[in-house]
Amino acid sequence: MRGVFDIVGPIMIGPSSSHTAGAARLGLMAGKILGEPVAKAEILLHGSFARTYRGHGTDKALIGGLLGFSPEDERIRDALDIAKERGLDYSFAPVDLGDAHPNTAVFILTGINGRKITVGGASVGGGNIEVRNIDSFQIALTGQYPSLIIIHTDKPGVIRDISDVLAKHRVNIAFMRVFRRNRGQQAMMIIETDEELTEDIIQDCRSTGVIENAFAVPAI
Amino acid sequence: MVNFNSIKELIELAKERNTSIGKITMEYEQEHSFDSEEHMLKSMEDNWRVMQESIERGVSNKDKSLSGLTGGDAIKIYAHRDNSYTGKTVMTAAASAVGVSEVNAVMGRIVACPTAGSCGIVPAAIKTAAEKNNNTEEEIVDALFTAAGIGLVIEANASIAGAYGGCQAECGTAAGMAAGAMVQLAGGTPDQVGHAVALAIKNLLGLACDPVAGLVEVPCVKRNGFVAVHSMVAADMALAGVESVIPVDEVIDAMDRIGRSLPRTVKETAEGGLALTKTGKEISKRVFG
Repeated sequence: MRGVFDIVGPIMIGPSSSHTAGAARLGLMAGKILGEPVAKAEILLHGSFARTYRGHGTDKALIGGLLGFSPEDERIRDALDIAKERGLDYSFAPVDLGDAHPNTAVFILTGINGRKITVGGASVGGGNIEVRNIDSFQIALTGQYPSLIIIHTDKPGVIRDISDVLAKHRVNIAFMRVFRRNRGQQAMMIIETDEELTEDIIQDCRSTGVIENAFAVPAI
Repeated sequence: MVNFNSIKELIELAKERNTSIGKITMEYEQEHSFDSEEHMLKSMEDNWRVMQESIERGVSNKDKSLSGLTGGDAIKIYAHRDNSYTGKTVMTAAASAVGVSEVNAVMGRIVACPTAGSCGIVPAAIKTAAEKNNNTEEEIVDALFTAAGIGLVIEANASIAGAYGGCQAECGTAAGMAAGAMVQLAGGTPDQVGHAVALAIKNLLGLACDPVAGLVEVPCVKRNGFVAVHSMVAADMALAGVESVIPVDEVIDAMDRIGRSLPRTVKETAEGGLALTKTGKEISKRVFG
C-alpha cells in the first residue's frame, strides 16, 4: 500500500495530477539535473503530452518546473509569461518516441553558464515521475531521494572511492546503479541516499581525481 | 505493528482499541513511513487549510478554465442556496464541491483527494459536517485520517484511478471516504463508518470516466457537486442505523471486478460516452484542433 498522503494529497495546482503536477515535477527535476538556471529549453512532447498539453496546462507546468516552481506553486498558471520576463527561451515540438510512456517529455537544455544537457522522463501517474535518460544514458530516477550523479570513466576502483567519500560523511546509500556506454568508456553512477548531499560532499567526490564530474539532485 | 488490508480489519482494530479508524490509520502510516506524529498532524492540517482555501475561492470563482468549458457555476449554486428545494446545507455542500473542482480546472491550488478529478467531494462533505457538529480542528484532522484509511484499502483492493477503474474508482472512492469521515464527525461508530462507505460506493458502481476532450472538466466539475451530496445521504442513512446488506469489503471487490470489465472507452481515454457525443467531439476539435 502507498501512504496516507498519497490518498489525501498531494497539494497541487490543477487540473491533472499526471498532466500538470507530474509535468511540473519533471521540469523541476530536469532543471535540478542541469544544475544552473535555464537559458534555453527545447521541449519535445510524446503521446498524450503531445496531443493534449494545452488543455491541461502541461506546457505551463513543464516551464514552471524549469523555473524552479514546485507542483503546488500558483505561479505555474503564469509560468510562460514569467519565463519570457526572465529571458528563458523555450519551444515545444511533438515527437514520436515509439513505445515510450504516453506522458513523456524530453528537455534539451542550455544553462546560463553554457552547460548543455538532454533529460528525458515520464509522468507515470498520481504526480509521480521517472527520469529515464540523461544525455544518452538510460537511467531510472524518481526524485523521491536525494541523488548523487557521477560521470566517470568505466574502470576499477571508482565506485570504492566514491562510496568512501559517502561513508566518511555518514551518508547512507539507499539505491545505487551504474551505467556505461561501453567497457572502459564514459560511465554514469546514480546514488540515491537517505541524507541530503551537501556541497562539501560533492567537492570531496571531485577531489578524488577519479571522476569527470559530480552533481547532486535534491529530492523533489 | 498495525496492518490492515480491509475495511473490516480497520473497524475491528478501532473497536479493539476503543479508538477511531483515523487513529489506527495514523499509527499505520507512522510505522510504515517513519514519520513523526507531530509532522504527520502538521501535514494533514496543511491539507485541511488548503482544502478550506480552495472552497473559499471556489464558491466565489469567476475565472474560466483554459478550455473555457467550466468556471462560474459554483457561485451560481451558492447564490441559489436559500431558495433551493434541497435546502441550504445541501446546496452549500454542492457549491463547495463544484467550487473546489473549478479551482482545479482554472489551475488553482487544491488537495488531490484521492485524485485531482475528485478533489471537491471530501473537502465539501467534511466542511458541511464540521459546521453542523461544531467539530474541532483535531476532530477534522482525525476524520481526514479516517478518509485516508478508507482510500488506502480501496486502492489496495480495487483502484482510485479512472484510467483503471472508471469514475467509480475516483468519485466512488471519494464518496466512500467522504461518507465515512462524515459519520465519524457526527460521533458514529466504526461499524457505521463501514456501512456509510458501502452505501456510498454501491450506488456509484459502474460509473463511466468519459471526460469531454480528455479534460478534467465535463462532467467532472459538476459531478463533484452531485457526489458530495450523495456521500451526505450515505452518511445520514448509516447514522440513522441503516446497514448495507453487502459488507463493505465485498462492495469494494465488486467495484474492482466492474472496473476490470468496463471497456477501455470509458476509462479516461475520451473515446466513449460523453466524449463521443456530437457536442463532445465538437468541443474536442475546438480545443485541440
